[in-house]
Amino acid sequence: MLRLLEIEYHKLRYSRSAKILVFTYFILITFIALIASIEFNLGSINFRVADQGIFNFPYIWHFNSYIAALLKLFLAIVIVSMMSNEYSNRTLKQNLIDGLSKKEFIASKFLTVTVFSLISTLFLFIVSLILGLSFSDFTEASIIFSDMEYMIAYFVKLTGFFAFCMFLGILIKRSAFALGFLFIWWILESIVYGVLKWQIFRDSEIADNIARFFPLESMSNLIKEPFSRLSAVQTAATQLGSEFDKDYGIHWDQLLIVIFWTTIFVFLSYRLLKKRDL
Amino acid sequence: METILSLKDLTKKYGSLTAVDNLSFTIEKGNVYGILGPNGSGKSTTLGMVLNVVNKTSGEFAWFSGNTDTHDALKKVGAIIEHPNFYPYMTAAQNLALVCKIKDVPKDKINEKLEIVGLLDRKDSKFRTFSLGMKQRLAIASALLNDPKILILDEPTNGLDPQGIHQIREIIRKIAAGGTTILLASHLLDEVEKVCSHVVIIRNGKKLYSGPVDAINASHGFFELQAKNMQLLQELLIAHPGIENVSEKENIVTAILKEPMDAETINEYLFEKGLSLSYLVKRKESLEEQFLQLTNQTTAV
Repeated sequence: MLRLLEIEYHKLRYSRSAKILVFTYFILITFIALIASIEFNLGSINFRVADQGIFNFPYIWHFNSYIAALLKLFLAIVIVSMMSNEYSNRTLKQNLIDGLSKKEFIASKFLTVTVFSLISTLFLFIVSLILGLSFSDFTEASIIFSDMEYMIAYFVKLTGFFAFCMFLGILIKRSAFALGFLFIWWILESIVYGVLKWQIFRDSEIADNIARFFPLESMSNLIKEPFSRLSAVQTAATQLGSEFDKDYGIHWDQLLIVIFWTTIFVFLSYRLLKKRDL
Repeated sequence: METILSLKDLTKKYGSLTAVDNLSFTIEKGNVYGILGPNGSGKSTTLGMVLNVVNKTSGEFAWFSGNTDTHDALKKVGAIIEHPNFYPYMTAAQNLALVCKIKDVPKDKINEKLEIVGLLDRKDSKFRTFSLGMKQRLAIASALLNDPKILILDEPTNGLDPQGIHQIREIIRKIAAGGTTILLASHLLDEVEKVCSHVVIIRNGKKLYSGPVDAINASHGFFELQAKNMQLLQELLIAHPGIENVSEKENIVTAILKEPMDAETINEYLFEKGLSLSYLVKRKESLEEQFLQLTNQTTAV
């Protein structure tokens, strides 16, 4: 296993574009901290975002994992191109001739994907911890380490998304087209959801219940938007007479759906590679 | 004799097209083999199948004793197929280091192998800056990293300039002299003739001949004849039991022999039948003629 990771690391470490994208990604995650410095001066009122409770434990786990997940596209580019470049440079063929099995090839890629997700999760954990410790109103250990399931969900979400990217890279063999296809897929899911919601199953939950099994939708469902959960927003909503009745938690069935898709994508990647003549 | 690779009824079909058709042959240790065939005859497909990149349709192949996985066996093989494939953003040495990792061999041979192919001074240059000849030489260095039991080369001189071709052939000769088994696929006859001891000739995926290069030359040769009455000449030749095939081209009749026969014998035979020759010469085919003759046959031997 270590050998497979070493092989993949060797391939990535000398690629300048991969390095730049990975660094950008991690730097951008740290930029979440910059939100803290956003200040508005509305006349005499001094509004500071950091004071609105977004960095309070345990809410910060939710908020940061949601925001950081938006940045995953940077790593997605790296993953799609690390797959498709093997085709365009024909190095996949050479790897196999040199004695890597097709199973090992997929394993080395998926391990890399998992390691990327793991590092990203750890990194986010540290950034959030530091931010929280600096700004949170509560710093008791029991509160700090509650709601940790957001970190698990973040990891599963990234792994699932990257496994999808990996599959697309193998399927389409060209990075630009694979990323384009990812976008088209996303639109397609939205369209199908729209049709289900507004045409076929009007005024019912059925459409949502179907859509949560779609690959991208299931991943985005994992961590729901955290903004309406902010106390300031909640208060405003109550005053306006509309109450948010939303479940922000992480659900095991959602996690299972994403893990299921991850398995499917890895398996399909292997099947595809196995059946193809290079 | 130790068997390195054996193929049994190996077949590859692309839809209705049969690229490799029931191909069987065996590679023994210590020989230099050539797979000879015109372009599109199935050489690369055959190599692709034994190298784990093309899925076979039917048949079997076995590496070494036959009880190792193909991908594990390939770690003991050095192979380059058509184009040299490396990561363009890595240097020569970095690319070779990666191959070492894949093949599970220590990295200390990188410099030694680069030296053999004359690229040691360019080891820290990026692969994308290399010329085709250099890329091909790097590929050979990479194939040698594990001191392979067999070196497989597919059209190693394709697309190179004469100097590059010469360099590659020198390297191959040097490696062969060291006792490494080599399998060389080529459509170039003189390449095979110059380098190989054994040859497998294929056409349309079918095996036409396999055996030592010398043996292919050991046919009984042929006569070229001319007489006033060409019609009679041909009839008489066809009637002779020692003659396999008669054809006429540009007013010269060619008679291919089934058994050893010297020119005197045929001359006497024809004279007895009342025909005098105006031209008679006995010749042996060059490998090139043999090859063309073999590959032009519609049915396999």
